[in-house]
Amino acid sequence: MDIIKARDLVFEYIRRDEEGNVDGITRAVDQVSLDVKQGDFVAILGHNGSGKSTLAKHINAILYPTEGTLLVDGKDTSKEENLWAIRQEAGMVFQNPDNQIIGQVVEEDVGFGPENLGVPTEEIWQRVEESLKAVGMYEFRKHSPNKLSGGQKQRVSIAGVIAMHPKCIILDEPTAMLDPNGRREVIRAARALNHVEEITIILITHYMEEIIHANKVFVMDKGKIAMEGTPREIFSRVEELKALRLDVPQVTLLAHELRKSGLAIPEGILTREELADALGFPRQMPRREGN
Amino acid sequence: MLRDITLGQYYQTDSVIHRLDPRVKLVATVCYIISLFIVDNLLGYLVAGLFLVLVVKLSKVPPKFIMRGMKSILFLLVIAVGFNLFLTPGETLVSFWKLRITKEGARLAGFMAIRLVFLLMGSSLMTLTTTPNNLTDGMERLMGPLKKLKVPVHEIAMMMSIALRFIPILLEETDKIMKAQIARGADFESGNLIKKAKSLVPLLVPLFISAFRRANDLAMAMEARCYRGDGHRTKMKPLIYQKRDVLAYGTVACYLALCVFFGRYFLL
Repeated sequence: MDIIKARDLVFEYIRRDEEGNVDGITRAVDQVSLDVKQGDFVAILGHNGSGKSTLAKHINAILYPTEGTLLVDGKDTSKEENLWAIRQEAGMVFQNPDNQIIGQVVEEDVGFGPENLGVPTEEIWQRVEESLKAVGMYEFRKHSPNKLSGGQKQRVSIAGVIAMHPKCIILDEPTAMLDPNGRREVIRAARALNHVEEITIILITHYMEEIIHANKVFVMDKGKIAMEGTPREIFSRVEELKALRLDVPQVTLLAHELRKSGLAIPEGILTREELADALGFPRQMPRREGN
Repeated sequence: MLRDITLGQYYQTDSVIHRLDPRVKLVATVCYIISLFIVDNLLGYLVAGLFLVLVVKLSKVPPKFIMRGMKSILFLLVIAVGFNLFLTPGETLVSFWKLRITKEGARLAGFMAIRLVFLLMGSSLMTLTTTPNNLTDGMERLMGPLKKLKVPVHEIAMMMSIALRFIPILLEETDKIMKAQIARGADFESGNLIKKAKSLVPLLVPLFISAFRRANDLAMAMEARCYRGDGHRTKMKPLIYQKRDVLAYGTVACYLALCVFFGRYFLL
């Protein structure tokens, strides 16, 4: 079952000058077609201005397509009557952790979504507890969000979305304003949700390391989908990625260069362990997560 | 620099008064203020004073916390007492130079002082024992009937709670911008008042821009989480009256009756 189905999606921003006359039209999303299966972990990768955030906002029905259609769980996002159902099913986490927390206490913020859905009081408490436990923030439930770190704030935001019981969560560059530790926390939380709760995750990012765990990767450039495939397939096309001004993880780059200079190793190496295996080294380095 | 500003002077402890429904506390505070203006003699003020002492004791808030707020009205107090003392016509009590104090003036000035002090103590006791969040909730419920007159009660309450949430964030941001500008040679400290005010302009412009950007982001995040105003919402922490709230209402009613009885019909 496809949770998201985009067909020839086009979105145009109309630029206006100071008098309000049309100054020009920018195509932010250009003829995009993609399918996402229920339970997938999908990454959308792209440089600044590639249209990836604009695409993300379509899935949550914050923006409507200028042309083409987008179906979320079979519902057309351009139809007014589907609006609230779509927003409940496809939750969204934004980039700036400070600007999306509404409550003054962590638990109140997580309860905000269910409150809006009209969930009865006892069930709200139940959902808040479950969601905070799912992201490992339960012990902070009585804290003020201002006192949390960036990674913790983003986890609270994710909990706020989970409490609405979505089928799919779109994370729009959730780690762009975080330090490496916070980044790892957030990605780990997203992966756990995908594994345990089987929620579809759509991760929008420009950090290559974060897409390693995805089932499927879309690379966007100038509003179009430039590449599509598993992380391994994507990473075996190092030259193309470089042309799109995207950084390849160091291990992959090293493997690529080694292969280019004649070493017989496979393309698309993602982790240090894989490279060590490919080179025939015994495994002795302590394993570290995220590398 | 701006970090030490605390807003909303909530005093964290566990007491009967803290646990009361915010609606009760709001109504009680209004009743108390009204009582201060009904009362017209010393006996009445004694009742009001005793009631206040009792509530302070119950609230477990250290009296010095309540007294701290007095400093802010000292100036107002001096002016109010001064005017009443010297400008009330009537039977002369003392007179020196061009000023004279009348019997009526002394009485009025004394009452005015008591009134102002009690009024401030009573209302600061409310903010000391109620979290800002609870307070906005209570106000939303109390003003509920105004919805029929198309007053956007829910929206006002939501705005207040969002404002409270963003005060620390914007303060931090101000601090950051200030430091960034000081690093580039801006001077916020020296000069006269006008010069100081002028130097704030380059601080306020980026702050406003960022506040608007935040507001835009927040609105989008709220919509993404299905916020569509009042109507469809349920409450995570609904306000429900407990036995103690009913008791508190009763106490306030008794107090009002006592005030009217002693403060109006006994002459002193």
